[in-house]
Amino acid sequence: MDFQVIWFILIAILFIGYFILEGFDFGVGILMPFISKDDVDRRIVINTIGPFWDANEVWLITAGGAMFAAFPHWYATLFSGFYIPFFIMLIALILRAVGFEFRSKMKEIWWRKTFDQFIFWGSLIPAFLWGVAFTNIVQGLPIGSDMNFTGNLLHILNPYALLGGVVVVLIFVLHGALFLSLRTTDALKERAETIAEKLWIPIGIIIAAFAIMGYWNTVLFEGLGLVPGTFPTLAILGFIACYVFMKQKMQGYAFAAMAATILLGASVVFYGIFPNVMPSSLDPSYSLTVYNASSSQLTLRIMSIVALLFVPVVLAYQGWSYYVFSKRITRDAIPREE
Amino acid sequence: MEVLEIARWQFGITTVYHFFFSPLTMGLAVLTAILHTFYYRTNSDHYKLLTKYFGKLFIIIFALGVVTGIVLEFQFGMAWSEYSRFVGDIFGIPLAIEALMAFFLESTFIAVWIFGWGRLPKGIHLISIWLVALGSNLSALWIIIANAWMQVPVGYVINNGRAELSDFIAVMLNEQMLVMAQHTIIAAFVTGGLFMFGISAWQIRRKNQVEIFAKSARIALVFTAVSSLLVATTGHTQAQHTVKNQPMKMAAMEGLWETEQPASFSMFAIIDQENQTSNREFRLPYMLSVLAYNNTTSEVKGIIDLQQEYEEAYGPGDYAPPVAVVYWSFRLMVGLGMLFIFFSFYGLVLWWRDKLEESRFYLKAGTIVMFLPLVANSLGWIVTEMGRQPWVVYGLMLTQDGVSPNVSSGSMLLTTIVFTLVYGILAAVAVFLVHRFAKPGVPEDAEKMVHAY
Ligand code: HDD
Ligand code: HEM
Ligand code: HEM
Repeated sequence: MDFQVIWFILIAILFIGYFILEGFDFGVGILMPFISKDDVDRRIVINTIGPFWDANEVWLITAGGAMFAAFPHWYATLFSGFYIPFFIMLIALILRAVGFEFRSKMKEIWWRKTFDQFIFWGSLIPAFLWGVAFTNIVQGLPIGSDMNFTGNLLHILNPYALLGGVVVVLIFVLHGALFLSLRTTDALKERAETIAEKLWIPIGIIIAAFAIMGYWNTVLFEGLGLVPGTFPTLAILGFIACYVFMKQKMQGYAFAAMAATILLGASVVFYGIFPNVMPSSLDPSYSLTVYNASSSQLTLRIMSIVALLFVPVVLAYQGWSYYVFSKRITRDAIPREE
Repeated sequence: MEVLEIARWQFGITTVYHFFFSPLTMGLAVLTAILHTFYYRTNSDHYKLLTKYFGKLFIIIFALGVVTGIVLEFQFGMAWSEYSRFVGDIFGIPLAIEALMAFFLESTFIAVWIFGWGRLPKGIHLISIWLVALGSNLSALWIIIANAWMQVPVGYVINNGRAELSDFIAVMLNEQMLVMAQHTIIAAFVTGGLFMFGISAWQIRRKNQVEIFAKSARIALVFTAVSSLLVATTGHTQAQHTVKNQPMKMAAMEGLWETEQPASFSMFAIIDQENQTSNREFRLPYMLSVLAYNNTTSEVKGIIDLQQEYEEAYGPGDYAPPVAVVYWSFRLMVGLGMLFIFFSFYGLVLWWRDKLEESRFYLKAGTIVMFLPLVANSLGWIVTEMGRQPWVVYGLMLTQDGVSPNVSSGSMLLTTIVFTLVYGILAAVAVFLVHRFAKPGVPEDAEKMVHAY
């Protein structure tokens, strides 16, 4: 395998890791206003992701940095092409982060309400925009011969891409509800379970519609017949398994099945576009591929050594931090305020 | 305004914001870790309270560093896509390593530390804050490897219309990087040290928990005194590299139009860039030769000669950076550096004479001086970044060729305004929160102070 392929897989892993991890904390942020009955509930909900959300976001920063190093043209075309959507996403991520950090610092109701809004929108908007961005990529973009995106904002906000945004939001909400059911107790836990069970069928229908429309709208299934490939089949199985586990009250397995669904669903995307990284809708020869967008062999080789050295260490201590904070959060765990 | 100009303003504004907070984080992380170590060794309640107290202020500031950093990471691709295509092969490496090695470490262990009070074995809890301190300073190191390469490109070949890596070790051990990293990291220690001293001095002056804050004031003073000396010596070293590697920047820092041997150091001048001359100038003989070469005889090249050399090498164009800004920023930074040395050593003298707690004037000055390192940091970067204009990668790529070709000036302007406003508001909220939490001092019971959300 050449280094370009290895790095394509590594970038895919970083993005998928990001979607799985930040996926649940986006979901938790979106659910926070609806699932909480009072301020203590809201604080519990925030504390379920308290020790994790920042490190989860670093997956995105790493994916961005790795893309810059391994595929500079991919990085440049993607980020300058989606200038306004990424700008909005950045603002949302900024407000969300300060929402978590500053909310509990004052007791005033208006203060907390403001930061609650930041957390909600700051979780919803990025989730939505990731859906829009990736749908656009699999649709193919008007990329010219100089590798630059030539379309405008309206092009990016086409109906199918907007549907893609909705799909990603819904998946993350389900993922977040399952996460909450693992990290909370009593009434809050029950509400989280109910939400997850109630949402499963409508979400399934929307995903199915989105996937079927994908046959006409995307480059993913080119060359495939009516039978979906391995990754789509496994993704569907994962999603069904999630429901079965939920019904059995095996929340841990349900959460894992959902994580697997996200992994497999995102794999459909990355597998489907390969060897392109940004397919051009103007002329296939303008597409950015893992070969024409990549760095030099030397850089890729050095980056591979770096990844080999550090990724296992990072995974080890991140895993350890999840283990340390695996205890469910109860009402008593939230410090009382005078 | 043109896209280029707005993009430059945007980059300048967002990095300066980021660099308000990150040096504070770097310095305070180390100081909080030191306080935590005192607590670990002595098991004294006072140190526990201080650790939690400064830890809380640290967390508020940390949040601002994080949110301003994300924008920077994406900004290269968004606003400077041609630049990214040109440098990615080299510049991307430290950026990716920074995230893998430093950001993960920092963001994971800060959470472990915050949520770990009472939950973790004491030794592991202590290690976690040291890992945060290590992570934040490593992050500075890697980003400076990236920046140093734009200042002094090494270990590359031009291939496929871009700079490609030819020697990894040369990029990692760029001599420019070695001097920049020392100076920047130690400047961050000064920033954190004076911050902690300023807060402690404020409480002592208000006669609030004097016994406790006298301890943190002393730790901060020693830390600052050592660091402020080192900032000056490392800065001096850096100047010697600048004159060698970026002579035009040095000439601009000195407002030196004509080549001089031996060169004199300008103390004051009204710069007239158009006529390539300075008015009402006051110069100290020999001193620039000392600064630049550590002797009293060497020649330092002036802007006019350098402009000619550059035109011969790179073709027609204006190769002089904005001289007045660079000149004055440099002078103010050095002046502040001298002030910090004086200030911290004066504090040590007061302590020696046992007068630290009574010197109301000195304590009051401490609450003002604590803000000045932020200014000095920004000025230092203005010297570095504006002094390398018109190059974005010195000698290889002009700033004007780096900007994204497909982003409209409308979009660029909109985003610049919104980022500036959002950051401005957040900075104000952070200052408000720091003030609010700092003011009452430490609670009587350490358990009352919680860090979780
Ligand atoms: C607390 C902050 C602070 C203080 C007191 C000083 N500096 Fe500084 N200086 C910085 C913070 C800084 C910085 C922000 O960290 C810079 C920007 C880039 C860099 O490497 O460090 C910098 C850059 C910088 C440069 C630019 C080099 C280049 O880009 O080519 C020089 C020559 C000096 N410094 C020299 C000095 C001297 C002689 C000082 C005397 C006391 C001094 N600095 C005090
Ligand atoms: C954190 C401290 C830093 C500050 C305060 C700072 C400041 C600035 C300023 C003021 C400009 C505008 C220059 C001009 O338009 O004349 C600028 C430009 C730029 N800086 Fe920095 N910078 C910092 C660090 C860095 C680092 C670490 C990098 C690279 C890793 C970097 C990369 C750039 C780039 C790409 C530009 C745009 C091109 C240009 O206008 O020159 N900066 N910076
Ligand atoms: C010399 C200049 C710089 C130094 C010393 C520096 C240092 C730091 C430090 C200490 C932090 C973590 C602490 C905090 O959040 O405040 C941080 C955060 C961050 N910095 Fe910088 N930085 C510099 C410039 C840059 C530049 C140019 C970029 C863009 C590539 C960048 C990207 C980031 C990001 C993405 C984060 C957030 C990490 C997180 O989410 O935990 N920094 N920086």
